[in-house]
Amino acid sequence: MVNTSVDLAGLRLDNPVIPASGTFGFGYEFAELYDINILGSISLKGTTLAPRFGNPTPRIAECTAGLINSVGLQNPGIDAVLSEELPRLAKVFRKPAIANISGFAIDEYVTCVEKADKAEQIGLIELNISCPNVHNGGMSFGTEAKSAYEVTKAVRAVTKKPLFVKLTPNVTSIVAIAAACAEAGADGISLINTLLGMRIDLKRRRPVIANVKGGFSGPAVFPVALRMVWEVYEAVKLPIMGMGGVSSAADVIEMLLAGATAVQVGAANLVDPFACKKIIESLPAEMEKLGIESLEEIIGGAHNG
Amino acid sequence: MKQCKMRVTENVPLAKNTWRLRLEGPCAVSRPGQFVNISIPGFYLRRPISVCDAERERLTLVYKLVGGGTEAMSRLRAGEELDLLTGLGNGFDLTKCGERPVLVGGGAGVAPLYLLAKELLRAGKKPAVCLGFNESAEIFLAEDFHALGLEVLVTTVDGSSGLKGFVTEALSRLADAPDYLFCCGPLPMMKAVYGAADCPGQFSLEERMGCGFGACMGCSIETKSGARRVCKDGPVFERGELLW
Repeated sequence: MVNTSVDLAGLRLDNPVIPASGTFGFGYEFAELYDINILGSISLKGTTLAPRFGNPTPRIAECTAGLINSVGLQNPGIDAVLSEELPRLAKVFRKPAIANISGFAIDEYVTCVEKADKAEQIGLIELNISCPNVHNGGMSFGTEAKSAYEVTKAVRAVTKKPLFVKLTPNVTSIVAIAAACAEAGADGISLINTLLGMRIDLKRRRPVIANVKGGFSGPAVFPVALRMVWEVYEAVKLPIMGMGGVSSAADVIEMLLAGATAVQVGAANLVDPFACKKIIESLPAEMEKLGIESLEEIIGGAHNG
Repeated sequence: MKQCKMRVTENVPLAKNTWRLRLEGPCAVSRPGQFVNISIPGFYLRRPISVCDAERERLTLVYKLVGGGTEAMSRLRAGEELDLLTGLGNGFDLTKCGERPVLVGGGAGVAPLYLLAKELLRAGKKPAVCLGFNESAEIFLAEDFHALGLEVLVTTVDGSSGLKGFVTEALSRLADAPDYLFCCGPLPMMKAVYGAADCPGQFSLEERMGCGFGACMGCSIETKSGARRVCKDGPVFERGELLW
């Protein structure tokens, strides 16, 4: 019997597979398809202090081996998430979930995290300072070490739950940002959010996405994500949730070898609602094939020697 | 929603830029107005296509060639196996209308009205059918509605067949003013129908989708009761919900 369990900043996961924020809603709708308790955890839909409709449509553009989204943090706001969405999730999911929190000002992040901190169901906070689809917020905190430090520090003061900061790849040095978050007291780093991209409709000669640009994700970005996980693992001694194009059990193992402790699956959920289930079910066979007895033993394994 | 493999039994041109795909295999039988999301080899996202007709293990889809994905679909051959998500969306609610609802379709939006017409007949109701196309060469399914024994009015924008003008022209020619509408077509056409007929009804919307089953929020619209996903909370919305 192989061991798929990992310890993520004190949170014991049965396996490292976690649906990524924004690709799995608040989880409970997937429980109509399969028992979602097989998941390591769930990173819930990005949540802000106030409810948001998000960006105008079209919000989606297809790409080779991926897609661009410009949803823009559509969510019902933290209060409705706590009073309506989490109770629905509790009926079908017994494990601690991950709150993914975004904002437009430091005090918004702080208020939102204070509220999420009180929810017993929330086992970990993922601070999203990397959304490319909202202006004057989101990613703007994650593109400079100073602002990344400030927001992390402010949020750290109001929660004792494991605090991960989700970083954008749209920067010169993701390592410098990760180091700033570590210094500010983060317990871990999530990476990568989507890459800023765009498509043009050839017939209309206009951008496909109403907001012109959006976040590119899918299998095409996997090598970029893997490289950044590798770099952050070498520079910062914090656990990493690796994500970006993960679509198979082999991808999960590759992310762990690069330095991830857990792995989030995003775009794959959108083309196959059973993607996480299939990945989790095929992990043991993939491990056996590669002679891996325990996933924890291979975290960062490609860095040795 | 079910994920299933279905085999192509037929894939033929039906009208200008319009193809009919017939599939066979174990799948969730659709309610009228539901859609399927098809994985096309070589394309990352699935293609959402409305269900034109469904029997126990058979699906008929009608699709427009609008880009690379649907062009690749048109090259599928009989015998090929496809991966589908079936039974997506809410579909039309047949219980809300009276004995004589009017079905109003435009372009590819005509397709889901066929299964709706069959189910309405099965429920003892007899709809009238108004179909709008750009030109004669684009007309499809009109004969099939006739064959169901229904009154069918066809309009073409260029007047090459049927009444000249938009489908609202057909609406105004009906013997009795409609008391309930089921509408599917391009957004400008549906808004025109919404404005022309002041009666209750259901409108089936189209939006560029990511997943097609409610996970990504890519296709959200604002309605009177807040944000709704076209793929999961729709595609069919009550007239009273729409902010038009």
